[in-house]
Amino acid sequence: MSFVFYLLAALTVAGAFAAMLLKNTVHCALALTVAFAGLALLFLNLDAQFAGFAQILVYIGAVAILVVFAILLTRGSETPRDGVFSRTWFVGLLIAAGVFATLSWAVLQSVRVLPHETAVPTVTVLQIGNALVGRFVLPLEIVALLLTAATIGAVIVAMHEKEGQQ
Amino acid sequence: MIDHLDQIFVLLRHWLVSFLPAPLQPVVCVLLSVAAIVSLFPALFALTTVFERKGLARIQNRIGPNRVGPFGVLQPIADGIKSLTKEDIVPLSADAAVHFLAPVVLVVAVFMGFAVLPMGRNMVLADMNAGLLFYFAMGASTELSVFMAGWSSRNKYSLLGAMRAVAQMISYEVVLLLSSVTVVMMAGSLSLSKIVAAQNHYSWGLPHWYIFTPWGCAGFVMYAIAATAETNRSPFDLPEGESELVAGYHTEYSGFKFALFFLGEYLAMFSISGLGTTLFLGGWSAPFSFLTWIPSWIWFFSKLMLSIFVFIWLRGTLPRLRQDQLMNFAWKFVLPMCLLNLLVAGLWRFLGDGWARWAVCSVILIGAYGAMGWGEMRRKHIGPRSYRYAE
Repeated sequence: MSFVFYLLAALTVAGAFAAMLLKNTVHCALALTVAFAGLALLFLNLDAQFAGFAQILVYIGAVAILVVFAILLTRGSETPRDGVFSRTWFVGLLIAAGVFATLSWAVLQSVRVLPHETAVPTVTVLQIGNALVGRFVLPLEIVALLLTAATIGAVIVAMHEKEGQQ
Repeated sequence: MIDHLDQIFVLLRHWLVSFLPAPLQPVVCVLLSVAAIVSLFPALFALTTVFERKGLARIQNRIGPNRVGPFGVLQPIADGIKSLTKEDIVPLSADAAVHFLAPVVLVVAVFMGFAVLPMGRNMVLADMNAGLLFYFAMGASTELSVFMAGWSSRNKYSLLGAMRAVAQMISYEVVLLLSSVTVVMMAGSLSLSKIVAAQNHYSWGLPHWYIFTPWGCAGFVMYAIAATAETNRSPFDLPEGESELVAGYHTEYSGFKFALFFLGEYLAMFSISGLGTTLFLGGWSAPFSFLTWIPSWIWFFSKLMLSIFVFIWLRGTLPRLRQDQLMNFAWKFVLPMCLLNLLVAGLWRFLGDGWARWAVCSVILIGAYGAMGWGEMRRKHIGPRSYRYAE
């Protein structure tokens, strides 16, 4: 664990906290982007170039834009009157803590299950590409089919709305 | 001698670094390259503004700037001093923090893209395995800064301009990525230096640039369209269409922050031209084998400036598109052609050497272009233009 790791972890956690606590919804979305960027940098810190750049490309380039568009197209960015905390925040906290505990348990167990993984694996983008269109081509195609179906569904929803207006 | 001239910047950096103690050397090496990029491209931006104003003036039968210095070449210095000394006005209802951050984020993200461009033999700041992916990741981050600028200004024009810009950039980014994927398929690598190396050999004195293949030529045309739209240049400059939206997302920016937006726009133009050069025009390689003695960086920057000239030429020539035309063009014409081009690139790869693949690939691409264009034009019912009042 190096100094860089702690710096990036602090950035990510600060971004996530700001996303949770800020009053203005658009500010929250922008703070969430900071958290995404911190995660991407953590991936790069681990020498996982593909995961890091894909994180930036997909989450900052697409998901963050989608979030701000959704905010602007629905409620506007004004602060809700009854505060930013929902009434069920305690249940949410419990679920989040449960997920975190499960994941950390799994990560900590991996040291016991795979005790001989001492060397850092080097995975190049080329290997990931070959694996995706070779061994894992069926899952890739299933995901592609799912996404196509989702796109068609979105288009149908949008078209229906337009007919209703006319 | 010629080899030394080719590597002059690399050798210069090596010589400068050799005065320092060994542990500092790698850090200073990187810092020197960064300093070179950060100083060179804004200087090029200053030159390009004069070049553009002069060029546009010529196209429109005017003289252009001619007061500051000989032939007006000192105009950018005057502009720079003006924007530095102007008052920086932030609207009262604007979101001050986001309003301040937007131009900074834009310029930083655009500068990052230069890190992976090979500007000459051995002249690349970070030769990554996933260089192209890095470039597109940085390009995607600029969209958010445009949104930040438009939203934080609390101005209807700004917000509309930002929404238009983001919608346009997302649509054309798909095209940009898909047209570049063909090159990755052929070169078999995402590293930009390897893509240049794959194009840098000659037969009968002519280079193996990807633009000289059917799929590469089609891909380059689509890349150029998408690049023009990504950089919000005319004819795709409706995010800042001055007749409708004042200046789009940077309406509420003045002084140096406005200059930063201006700089960011031109830097994006340089970097996307540099990427296009690298992907399709052979990067720093010479156009004929007997010209390889000219230093590689001269070729890269010549091709870059040629692309900038085409951008200026287009701006002086074409009228602006309408929003629905822009979206229809991206999703209904360019995107299907891009997908077809992927198939054609696969065919090209597996048909083997010989004339057959030239014929098959060209016929498919030209046929699809003709059929789609003909079908769309038929649906539009474009007849002879009739004037209601002007006759």
